[in-house]
Amino acid sequence: MSFKRNILDLRKRKKEAQQGGGEKAIEKQVAMGKKTARERIKAILDENSFHEYDLFVEHTGRDFDMEKKVLHGDGVIIGTGTMYNQPVAIYAQDFTVAGGSLGLMHARKITKIMDHALKMRVPLIGINDSGGARIQEGVNSLAGYGEIFYRNTNASGVIPQISVILGPCAGGAVYSPALTDFVFVVENISKMFITGPGVIKSVLGEEISMEDLGGAMIHSEITGNAHFFAKSEDECFAQIKKLITFIPWNNAQKALKFPVQEPLSKRSIEEIVPVDPHHPYDIRDIIKAVTDGSDFFEIMEYFARNIVIGFGRIQGNTIGFVANQPMYLAGVLDCDSSDKAARFIRYCDAFNIPIVTLEDMPGYLPGVDQEHAGVIRHGAKLLYAYSEATVPKVTVIIRKAYGGGYIAMNSRHLGADFVFAWPTAEIAVMGPEGAANIVFKKEIDEAENPAEMRKQKIQEYKDKFANPFVAASKGYIDEVIEPAETRARLIHSLEVSASKVDQRPARKHGIPPF
Amino acid sequence: MEENNPNYQIFVVNSARYLTLTTTKYDRRKKWQALDPKEVRSIIPGSVIEIFAAVGQEMKAGQAILTLDAMKMYTKVEMPFDGVIKSIDVAKGDRVPKNTLLVTIE
Repeated sequence: MSFKRNILDLRKRKKEAQQGGGEKAIEKQVAMGKKTARERIKAILDENSFHEYDLFVEHTGRDFDMEKKVLHGDGVIIGTGTMYNQPVAIYAQDFTVAGGSLGLMHARKITKIMDHALKMRVPLIGINDSGGARIQEGVNSLAGYGEIFYRNTNASGVIPQISVILGPCAGGAVYSPALTDFVFVVENISKMFITGPGVIKSVLGEEISMEDLGGAMIHSEITGNAHFFAKSEDECFAQIKKLITFIPWNNAQKALKFPVQEPLSKRSIEEIVPVDPHHPYDIRDIIKAVTDGSDFFEIMEYFARNIVIGFGRIQGNTIGFVANQPMYLAGVLDCDSSDKAARFIRYCDAFNIPIVTLEDMPGYLPGVDQEHAGVIRHGAKLLYAYSEATVPKVTVIIRKAYGGGYIAMNSRHLGADFVFAWPTAEIAVMGPEGAANIVFKKEIDEAENPAEMRKQKIQEYKDKFANPFVAASKGYIDEVIEPAETRARLIHSLEVSASKVDQRPARKHGIPPF
Repeated sequence: MEENNPNYQIFVVNSARYLTLTTTKYDRRKKWQALDPKEVRSIIPGSVIEIFAAVGQEMKAGQAILTLDAMKMYTKVEMPFDGVIKSIDVAKGDRVPKNTLLVTIE
């Protein structure tokens, strides 16, 4: 009998706490074009699968009259649920409660769900929408951030960590997403920066809008902090749901196998690539010509577009693709593209995802800005990542494989398991133009008609080296294949590599050049 | 298909000329220029709170030219070598971004 009273009391308390910051604050949130924290969780997880914990947690602020304030759930919702019937852990900051500001208990809730996620070996999804540290709680909020970063780092490479930026995420708050695997941003909603426009204006007198300083496109295109850009929250949630189909639930598992599909062949693969190696094409068309259902899920689409990374499936298995993009900057390697590819390779390696590399690049981007930006150090990341990776690694050289870039793009020398080349491949220390200028400098300088001689010598070099057969004669590539055979060779080589065992020396950890 | 895209530009790598698109970030990059040692520039953003030098003044290497209040620290900007102040290019109270011309030495 008395049970009923208790249950009714519980329901009342729950209802009140679930209101978060109350109707007015929710109205404000909606007016900004944003969903509430609860709606977001609902939109990402399987229907009715969410279970919330720590709903009744209260903040511990005792200064500046904070003790008189009630902050429901302390501005963050944590819990577990499922995606595709597989368990996941999730938290969402609630901007309607004290601006989603992070105090000690708010952080404790987040670290609690992080600890669960790591122990249970399930993915962690964090939805960020917070004004930052709760100033009234002083150093306790800093402690909170630090404890989150520590757990992000511990979980790195063990469980997938996904950050969704759906509001402001400024100051110390930005570093949790930066430590996670994938960062999702939404136009006009996501704002990330260390120092906001206000401070920049007061210190420097520079006026800049939030969107131009740290908006979604800036982080997608310029900084490389974000991996997925969406125009709306709904599009963002669809991206998260798609990403999760490609990745394993933890580092001891493999990604889910899907039913095999043939690529949707719109046109033959050799038609995509111009014969003239100076002419561009979209490398993603080649990827789509070899993946199941021609499905390719691109990551960091707008950043360092001269290299393409992302997931596709071959024979139902997730594959990480790394491919030079001749369409942008001729597909050169540079600081940003090396950095982008290297991190993705390490992701694939950590989560047992085989890597297929498609190569067509003329070398490293020349320029003072590149040298001074540290292209040596950044370029080395790519060498490190490929050499370190022990998952199956297959390379297909489509056209140009020149110089240091040839080595870097998962060459045999860095431990590639299989290297295939199209008959159009040019594997050489540099392109014919540059090489002829050096090798035949004397002949060209002394010729009556240097331009004609140069042309002749370029052709001579081309005939001799601009092909895959010199490298094939050394065994550096395993097979010269016809373009139409590419998918079949990938299928076979990945099947052969399925139980690959490759050991690295025992050590605490390597020291990659980051 | 995209071979005839009118936005393609010529892009030279190791003497070879490639047709390709460029990226926003690439287009925005700053051209490198050699530094003029006679131009003293701010190495950190901040506010000029005090100026010790005057135009025409002869100064020794290491002498303080001005004080920059940057990142809650008063940073003295010093003469890099002996010389005469040709111009002072900021005023007391100015907020200056990084790499702003502060003083020119003759």
